[in-house]
Amino acid sequence: MRFKLAPTPKPLRTEQIILFRSSSQIFAISSGSVQEVRSVDSLAGAARDVAEPRVSKVRHAIRRGDRNLYVVNVALHFGLPPSSAVLVFVLRKSRVALLIDGIEKMTTMTMLQALPSAFCHEERQWYRGLTVLDQSVIPVVSAEGFLTRDELVLLDAVSRTTLPPSSSVAGLEVNP
Amino acid sequence: MSFTEPLDSRSCVLLRLGERRFALAAEQVAELVAPSRIFRFAHRTSQIDGVILRRGRVVAVCDLSETLTGKRLGMRRFYLIATRGRQFAMDWVALPVSGQCELIQADLTPAGASDSPHVAAWLSHDGEVIEVLNLNALTPGASVAPAEPEAQA
Repeated sequence: MRFKLAPTPKPLRTEQIILFRSSSQIFAISSGSVQEVRSVDSLAGAARDVAEPRVSKVRHAIRRGDRNLYVVNVALHFGLPPSSAVLVFVLRKSRVALLIDGIEKMTTMTMLQALPSAFCHEERQWYRGLTVLDQSVIPVVSAEGFLTRDELVLLDAVSRTTLPPSSSVAGLEVNP
Repeated sequence: MSFTEPLDSRSCVLLRLGERRFALAAEQVAELVAPSRIFRFAHRTSQIDGVILRRGRVVAVCDLSETLTGKRLGMRRFYLIATRGRQFAMDWVALPVSGQCELIQADLTPAGASDSPHVAAWLSHDGEVIEVLNLNALTPGASVAPAEPEAQA
């Protein structure tokens, strides 16, 4: 008699995430999306003002090589009350940096649920989905959801003449 | 959900929103649960209050009271968990309700052309004419199939 072998349990796929705070709300971002964590103070000399009223969530840009990185105020992006941001996430392979209030912790998520389809506006671009940690639901932000291509074009147009050639300020590297 | 026969006998769940009663087709109702912690995060869909966790699943909370009665529900006693969509795109929504719900069998009269889109049918119960709700017309994003997450971690 041959017994059917019990199926080998699939190893649980996990993903390292950073829980961060903006305007007293907690969000998660994949640590693989974050290249550097820097203090706002360390950017003081390198950031330049950007004034594009149609993209009011961006007020600063940093010159990196031949490209501008745009600093998105996360509280304004999500329509939350303004808060005192002290940290900046420089995103990997992106022209976006995020102005946030602070890091809660780094942890691991083992599941990512799709945003329920009842959410049908901009939040579908904002979030990759929702995860559950310690019986709390945390939105997992999409690194691509902070600036659209059109917004980048607008910001490039307004900042083309205002930014210096290059800057280099040391930051904390995040290893995913 | 559509009710095409002139008098279609169906199981329905009566729910109360403030002073008024409404009905949902019983096959759309998953369960009635006590209010649990609601999680709120930034979004732009005005009809959605937040989400609750139910059996490991994240369920959007959609308050129908303002749309149907003109007033927000003061006190929530329960959440009626309802399903909408089709077999492969089934979605749950949690509807805050004011009190206990009741399962009844009733003859339904199909909605007419002049009825609001949120009325799927009518039923008569205890001398009261009650709207049977069309959840797809009342809740946001009903036509959007739930997308698979980018990475099922």
